[in-house]
Amino acid sequence: MPLPAQDTSSSPPALNSVLGTRALLVALVLALLPACKDKSPKPPASTASGAKSPQLDKAQFDVSQLQEDDTQWVMAAKNHANTRFSRLTDINATNVKDLKVAWTYSTGFVRGHEAAPLVVGDTMYVVTPFPNHLVALDLSKEGAPMKWVYEPQPSPAAQGVACCDHVNRGAAYADGRLFYNTLDNHTVAVDAQTGKELWKTKLGDINKGETMTMAPLVVRDKVIVGNSGGEFGVRGWAAALSTKTGAVLWRAYSTGPDSDVLIGPNFKPFYEQDRGKDLGVKSWPPEQWKIGGGTVWGWLSYDPELDLLYYGTGNPGPWNPEQRPGDNKWTCGIFARKPDTGEAVWFYQWSPHDLFDHDGINEAIITNLTVNGQPRKVLIHPGRTGYVYVLDRATGEVLSAVPFAHITTSKGVDLKTGKLVPVLEKSPGLGKTVRDICPAAPGAKDWSPAAFSPQTGLLYIPGNNLCQDEQGLEANYIAGTPYLGANVRMYPGPGGNGGEFIAWDVLNGKKVWSIPELFPVFSGALVTAGDVVFYGTMDGWFKALHARTGQELWKFKVGSGIIGQPITFRGPDGTQYVSVLSGVGGWAGAIVAGQLDPRDQSAALGFANAMKELPKYTTRGGMLYTFRLP
Amino acid sequence: MIAQTLAVLLLLGAAPSTEPPAAPPERVLRVCADPNNLPFSNQRQEGLENRLAELLARELKATVQYTWWAQRRGFIRNTLKAGLCDVVLGVPADFELALTTRPYYRSTYVFVYRKDRGLKLGSLEDEALRTLKVGVHLIGDDMANTPPAHALARRGIVNNVVGYTLYGDYTQENPPSALIEAVRRGEVDVAIAWGPLAGYFALRPGPELEVVPVQPRKDTATGLPFVFDISVGVRRGDKALKAELEAALSRRRPEVEALLTEYGVPRP
Repeated sequence: MPLPAQDTSSSPPALNSVLGTRALLVALVLALLPACKDKSPKPPASTASGAKSPQLDKAQFDVSQLQEDDTQWVMAAKNHANTRFSRLTDINATNVKDLKVAWTYSTGFVRGHEAAPLVVGDTMYVVTPFPNHLVALDLSKEGAPMKWVYEPQPSPAAQGVACCDHVNRGAAYADGRLFYNTLDNHTVAVDAQTGKELWKTKLGDINKGETMTMAPLVVRDKVIVGNSGGEFGVRGWAAALSTKTGAVLWRAYSTGPDSDVLIGPNFKPFYEQDRGKDLGVKSWPPEQWKIGGGTVWGWLSYDPELDLLYYGTGNPGPWNPEQRPGDNKWTCGIFARKPDTGEAVWFYQWSPHDLFDHDGINEAIITNLTVNGQPRKVLIHPGRTGYVYVLDRATGEVLSAVPFAHITTSKGVDLKTGKLVPVLEKSPGLGKTVRDICPAAPGAKDWSPAAFSPQTGLLYIPGNNLCQDEQGLEANYIAGTPYLGANVRMYPGPGGNGGEFIAWDVLNGKKVWSIPELFPVFSGALVTAGDVVFYGTMDGWFKALHARTGQELWKFKVGSGIIGQPITFRGPDGTQYVSVLSGVGGWAGAIVAGQLDPRDQSAALGFANAMKELPKYTTRGGMLYTFRLP
Repeated sequence: MIAQTLAVLLLLGAAPSTEPPAAPPERVLRVCADPNNLPFSNQRQEGLENRLAELLARELKATVQYTWWAQRRGFIRNTLKAGLCDVVLGVPADFELALTTRPYYRSTYVFVYRKDRGLKLGSLEDEALRTLKVGVHLIGDDMANTPPAHALARRGIVNNVVGYTLYGDYTQENPPSALIEAVRRGEVDVAIAWGPLAGYFALRPGPELEVVPVQPRKDTATGLPFVFDISVGVRRGDKALKAELEAALSRRRPEVEALLTEYGVPRP
């Protein structure tokens, strides 16, 4: 809580919490936030550090074994491969129609809830949007009562910096502790049993436009995190911290000289355009890389066999495309790195010289496929650009890139050169009218993570169906300075539905079935060996479909639209459960969570126009729902 | 909740006690402002807009009360639209997010350079802009940037342009002023900046600065205006307050003019 400084105005202090000039101020934030305190007595301080509790015993393995245990869910993406596939079959295509609410938990907050709950041993852990509380719920007791709430108390000013609602995508568990990020750029480690803070490391600065929203990934004794804030001239990075101490062990920037990007002798990109010295400097006009974007706010995955870490980089910013001729490396691409040192092994750029805000941060799902009769170690990336990419994950070679959405901005990917082939007439320019830009800025799929079932061979994509027009000029005003931007207006693409949930046959590169949705699908997907796939909609339905046919088997209306990530686990009582957070928001749902004015077509960077009907369908909320069979 | 109730009571001028109020409730002019952004406003109330707020409040027989919020994306939504305050003292006249009064001044983007550099700049067509190190403010990608940033890019002037984010570093005083300081320090040869910012910081001690309005007023290459009318903004639909403020501004025109002069606002 900020300390009030001298109150120089003649207003009542209660309405005028004043901060020093050296901090941003979010007025009234304290009065408006519902109090949410740990009502239970404080647990006694642990005497022996690392003392194991019987109930956490099964959680003491290395995380690489832990992720294989389907009774638990120890990282947002379920596993290092990011499949979000569970082998549990108690709930299956035959009986899912009987799914019922087992219990609910209200977080007390009403901004976008994007996190995946975690289950470790007998406890569920939920990270809330700002102020980023971590709540522990006791699964061994009826109704899963709260065990404790950890409150990191991020700076209220962070809310004024975040671009797209105050979201958080969840935590990662390892070694008896939970790791997650706060909006004001701290990574914290919290004792899984007591809720006690073990360490807290500051990695960025809200005063420079940085925030953190992504879910970390733990590889061995390192927790890997990245930053958000690409629109504000933030320079993107990924960093590895010691799980034990929180010390930063390496940090790899997305722009700048090789020494900053951790590019050394072992860097062997597959394509020629990515080879050469200091391309993170040379593919920009002089000095521009210093505020070049390429933030790391999406998903990380890891392949233990190759010992490679994979993650995507965000859009270049804050320069207009005309101001940054060149490929603008290493934005809008994917890095493969050695987790121990951070050194880059290969890189591939989804969208060189990005014109459309098509960040490259979507997940890389790891699997093995037989391609042209050859077994290949691949990664699958349903990209914002509208293609499902299959890459050789050892080398970064693009094996295929097939459109899964309506695309007007590019003609395809040249598999010989690896280059995206742009459609020049769709290049935006100030004062120029360009209509029918598809996919729109959020892409054919945004951050919302897909699931992959090795059983069906299908990739389940929470998709957007959005196009945009850029026309005319719009006067805007920031920090006392008038400026102009293109007037961007997003709207649903062909068919008139804003979203689509797609089952994609990766091997044959084709859509098997899809479900049109009124709004963009902004939730994660979950698929199980019981052949059920789960996802949520922004208008508030939690759905179960047959994983092979897409037949709707069950749906439940929740209180507020869903943009969270569904998970499944087996509780201490031996029963399989499915959980999801409801609470609309994020970039797409800002019109509800941030109470934008539907009359402002350009609000939320033009997204509000495509979402103007949303307030008729859902309201703000923050509720965890857990389901089971009767 | 107690705090809010108390605040509401205080707003109505009622002390939170059982005694009936002795005096009629005093009017409050609730201003949304950036606590760290001279020449416009700061928490020490040293800015042009702070002074204007006092002037208008006197005219409306009210006292000024601030809601401080950094003027970033979401500023209007979180302050004016959230009902925390009722007036924003500087917005473009055609600003869509607020109801705007008749403009009370017009300013322009300007070239700013050190007098001792022996430069002579005045037009976007000056060839020297292709070789000098030129500083501009940047806001974001997606084509949203300041007119000089757009205009230089359209002319292919790219490699010698240095971008300063308008957001700057909020741990420093008046983050946008970093662009003007860059000129003083010789980091860039010339900056093309919004007039009121340049005019005010040019008054500060240090190497003398030239402040020259950009010509033409409308850029031929991009069609962008370099001159903007600035108004006071209120909530959409708040017509009564708008009318009151307009009347006050016109009655106090000489004082407003004097303020603009005192703060060095270039008025083409």
